[in-house]
Amino acid sequence: MFISMFGAVESGIIYAIMALGVYLTFRVLDFPDLTVDGSFVTGAAVAALAIINGVPPIIATILAGIAGFLAGTLTGLLHTKGKVNALLAGILMMTALYSINLRILGQPTLSLHTEATIFDQLGNVWGAPIDNMLNSMLGIFGLERLPSTWGILIVMLLVTVIIKLITDYFLKTEVGLAIRAIGDNKRMIRSLSANTDNLTILGVALSNGLVALSGGLIAQLGGFADVGMGIGMIVIGLASVIIGEALFGTKTIARATLAVIGGAVIYRMIVTLALRFDFFETGDMKLITAIIVIIALISPKILKTQREKKRRIEKRRALEQEIKEVG
Amino acid sequence: MLDVKNISIVFNEGTVDEKTALNNINLSLEKGDFVTVIGSNGAGKSTLMNVIAGQLYPDVGDVLINGKQVIHLPEYRRSQFVGRVFQDPMAGTAPSMTIEENLAMAYSRNKKRKLTFGVTKSRRKMFKEYLQTLNLGLEDRLTAKVGMLSGGERQALSLLMTTFTDPDILLLDEHTAALDPSRAELITGLTKKVVTDAGLATLMVTHNMQQALDLGNRLIMMDKGQIIFEASGIDKQRLTVEDLLHEFQRIRGEQFEDDRVVLG
Repeated sequence: MFISMFGAVESGIIYAIMALGVYLTFRVLDFPDLTVDGSFVTGAAVAALAIINGVPPIIATILAGIAGFLAGTLTGLLHTKGKVNALLAGILMMTALYSINLRILGQPTLSLHTEATIFDQLGNVWGAPIDNMLNSMLGIFGLERLPSTWGILIVMLLVTVIIKLITDYFLKTEVGLAIRAIGDNKRMIRSLSANTDNLTILGVALSNGLVALSGGLIAQLGGFADVGMGIGMIVIGLASVIIGEALFGTKTIARATLAVIGGAVIYRMIVTLALRFDFFETGDMKLITAIIVIIALISPKILKTQREKKRRIEKRRALEQEIKEVG
Repeated sequence: MLDVKNISIVFNEGTVDEKTALNNINLSLEKGDFVTVIGSNGAGKSTLMNVIAGQLYPDVGDVLINGKQVIHLPEYRRSQFVGRVFQDPMAGTAPSMTIEENLAMAYSRNKKRKLTFGVTKSRRKMFKEYLQTLNLGLEDRLTAKVGMLSGGERQALSLLMTTFTDPDILLLDEHTAALDPSRAELITGLTKKVVTDAGLATLMVTHNMQQALDLGNRLIMMDKGQIIFEASGIDKQRLTVEDLLHEFQRIRGEQFEDDRVVLG
């Protein structure tokens, strides 16, 4: 149990980078960008291909991010200059990327098992003493099966938090404020002499850069890149954003981005828990995800209506009581 | 400062819906000019505003600001010189962002937006001073979301945001029409103050003839895409609402067909 939860948190933190990307488009720009399903795989494919061709894993990971940035730029161009509807622009890019990803991979699946990934290199630098220390601490609580290394978790947490902090900073800069205003009141920010087209393109590009970076890391964590690994990624990202916002709130930008990271980790934990039931199979994951998103979207509204109803009934009853007493 | 030359624009040309929105409009504003624009619905007032702001591209004609041709500049480039307040109080501000963030965006209007903080300590101090001039207590609510403000407060903020980077031209598009009388009066007062303080060239569309007479040093009346009547200086001061209605009837030979004008 602990070991599977540990794995969930580990991958959740990497998926959080993708969720931050989705947050940038869905929430900040108010641009429902479906490119994500494709650009996630593009990131994975570019990283895998680069590593197999002897590129240092860290460079390969950065290349993955750049590939996503380019894909996002195209979606942004399609939407702003081509005046294509946002949803359709994303779907078109997603479809086009499927073929491009297959070309990059050269085959449906590319294995990295024989290659040294960024995480293998990390393991070499990471001191075993720290693992021993943390594991012996957990041993006190009677846990027996312990993770082989804490390095991935801690370093990735650090990387994700740094990306979060950069995002927070960026959204408070003059450029970032203008990008946020596009999602809030496009007409106004245009009348304040901001080039909304270019800013939208930048936002969608950055978003997909993060998504592809996450894809590149997930490929290295799992040891493979597969052309189908991005299916439903947008829903997973959305699930993370919505769960996080519901649990942690969105009062400030820093709070909202933290919520997104938390949401991504919790989403992974929910899926891991769900898969522990024998009833569910791995293939059911997409269905579970969709149901989680539906619940997270609908339940707050139902709860609110219920509360309103209850309040009204109570008020009415109190009034009736009063009338009775007077009468 | 602002020169509008021979502007014509026809919508849906060649179809049954063909409509001449502007017909050879010529208008010239000096620095400090405050021109009120009246006219019935469909007279072309808003179209004229949109052409000056760069939202619409005319079929024929030219727009010059400070002697420079700006007709080819897209709206976002032209808004460096042209500030605009809309009728809808929601249009000029970003509701889910704070007051100080909104002001910071307005502050970046005539500069290149950079990757430095939009709201800094020194800017916050400056924003506070500007907000104090509104006398609405907004200076104590810098981190409140603009969506929490009332329509009047939002419109006052819009007006401040539009003017505090000193644009050359100020366009006011019935900016008090959606407010209740007392708030409208407040915004009108602020407008008067801002326009005289900054000495901009201002063009204000209004449906309220009395307001058109009270404000500004020039008045133009539009109908069917043309400027049909102009008054300025001492002539304008002597005008009354009755004169304007009478004038319209004399020129057009028909009744002014907009109740809102008289009642508003």
